[in-house]
Amino acid sequence: MSVVLVIAASEIRAALRNRWVLATTLLMAALALTLAFLGSAPTGTVGVGALEVTVVSLSSLTIFLVPLIALLLSYDAIVGEAERGTLLLLLAYPVERWQVVIGKFLGHTAVLAFATCLGYGAAGLVLGWSEAAQDWESWSAFAGMIGSSVLLGAAFLALGYLVSVAVRDRGMAGGIAIGIWLLLVLLYDMALLGALVADQGRHLTAGAFNSLLLLNPADIYRLFNLTGFAKVSMFSGMAGLAEQAQFGRATLLAALAAWVLAPLALAAALFRRKQL
Amino acid sequence: MAEPTVRIEGVSKRYGDRYAVRAVDLGLDAGECVALVGHNGAGKSTLIKMMLGLTRPTEGRIAMLGEDPGGRHAAHLRASLGFLPENVVFPPAMTGREVLDFYARLRREPVARNTTLLERVGLADAARRRVGTYSKGMRQRLGLAQALLGEPRVLLLDEPTSGLDPASRQSFYEIIGELRDTGATVLLSSHALSEIEERTDRIAVMSHGRLVACGTLGELRALAALPVRIRVHFAGPAGGFAGSLLAPNAWAWLDERRLELTCANDAKVEVLRNISSVGGVADIEIMPPTLDEIYAYMMREAAE
Repeated sequence: MSVVLVIAASEIRAALRNRWVLATTLLMAALALTLAFLGSAPTGTVGVGALEVTVVSLSSLTIFLVPLIALLLSYDAIVGEAERGTLLLLLAYPVERWQVVIGKFLGHTAVLAFATCLGYGAAGLVLGWSEAAQDWESWSAFAGMIGSSVLLGAAFLALGYLVSVAVRDRGMAGGIAIGIWLLLVLLYDMALLGALVADQGRHLTAGAFNSLLLLNPADIYRLFNLTGFAKVSMFSGMAGLAEQAQFGRATLLAALAAWVLAPLALAAALFRRKQL
Repeated sequence: MAEPTVRIEGVSKRYGDRYAVRAVDLGLDAGECVALVGHNGAGKSTLIKMMLGLTRPTEGRIAMLGEDPGGRHAAHLRASLGFLPENVVFPPAMTGREVLDFYARLRREPVARNTTLLERVGLADAARRRVGTYSKGMRQRLGLAQALLGEPRVLLLDEPTSGLDPASRQSFYEIIGELRDTGATVLLSSHALSEIEERTDRIAVMSHGRLVACGTLGELRALAALPVRIRVHFAGPAGGFAGSLLAPNAWAWLDERRLELTCANDAKVEVLRNISSVGGVADIEIMPPTLDEIYAYMMREAAE
């Protein structure tokens, strides 16, 4: 077995052992099922709603929840091992440092993917079982939501690793991780809105605005899920925005993937030069 | 003379403007067990980290088995090195066996041998228990077990016997002895000077980042030139003893039957001859300077 897989497997085992997997899966399943049953209340009926409604409400929730879980999993990954003293021994083994970063990242991504697929998949099953006549587009929107949620999680895992490698102190890493969450999930959009209002459309063109959205993985995720499908964007009230959106789904996915790879590559490079 | 397995040449490590290790030269051969002694912060752990390539020397160069530990083939080289860090820590939720299997897989060693290895360090019964329930000594033995994985050619052990009870200490040195006999190089750092005295081939003394001495215990004794203490027990009250026999060495009565004198090492034989010519001597004890005393002397010298 390759070293990367050995490290990934040990990370998964640790997450199983300390109940991270269980807790995350239960949390996501509970939220997804709640939204699936109650999510259609705004449309006037209580009961299992349309798949599109669930996609809208669930992806809005995912934007807050998944980055937080990902950052909590990852901020400690390197700096925590360094502080506990286990990193020194690990790096004295015949492993390359990038293998440590990638192995741990893969392990955490697997944990997150498992929790998301199982948690959200449960909601999907309930909806599919109760309402047989869902069309193909709705299902592909739902599947796209699950897949992009995992990708969003991976992007924030990668950011967490970058923090974990760059900082010498565990507490500081935790603080920075929370800061990143606040900035990208909450403050970025507010700042963007503020800028739009203040600018009154003089300098900030639609194109520039769209590009600014690509600079935040949470917004890429939002664009991907809320504007990508006609029926979904209708429910989300973003149909207007969807008409203006200049990026295809493939572009958005590529941008989200870049948000995974770039921080991860930077983390591996920083870790390689780190003196212990 | 074969190429030494470990060669350290003019190595310094600076953190800011403070030197952790300064201009150290040291060579270790195959089949040799060398102790690294020194006060806390003397640079022992930093030197070991540099030998593993975990941190890079500011000056000088290190070759382990002919390879640069910080170079491009470092990961490959580390397959031949065993390491036990100071205060070794393992994930508390894993069992001893799981921990050892994980490290064996990292080395691409078959995990089937781990049963024997756990028996060898006396952890066979605790293999299925979580590491969190282990005592300090058991964690240390698990640490030794992982360092022995894959029969490394160079073993770097940082404070390996801390927390071990006398029986485990004994079996620890037996394992080290076996490894050395198969041609491995063992470097162990320690505070417990009395126990390494008899069990290592050479002793390297570090102080404030510098290597102040390195040699066999006999060589260090000669270097320090500390006096030998001799205690003479008389069968009865030795009232008529002619002290002039012992001059110019310093001597004193401990009580009316016991006399203690100190003399230079090379004057020892003559002093003994003089004592044996006196009647009524029941026993003679010769106490060469211990490593503790030599070490204390060297620390004083280094401080001056």
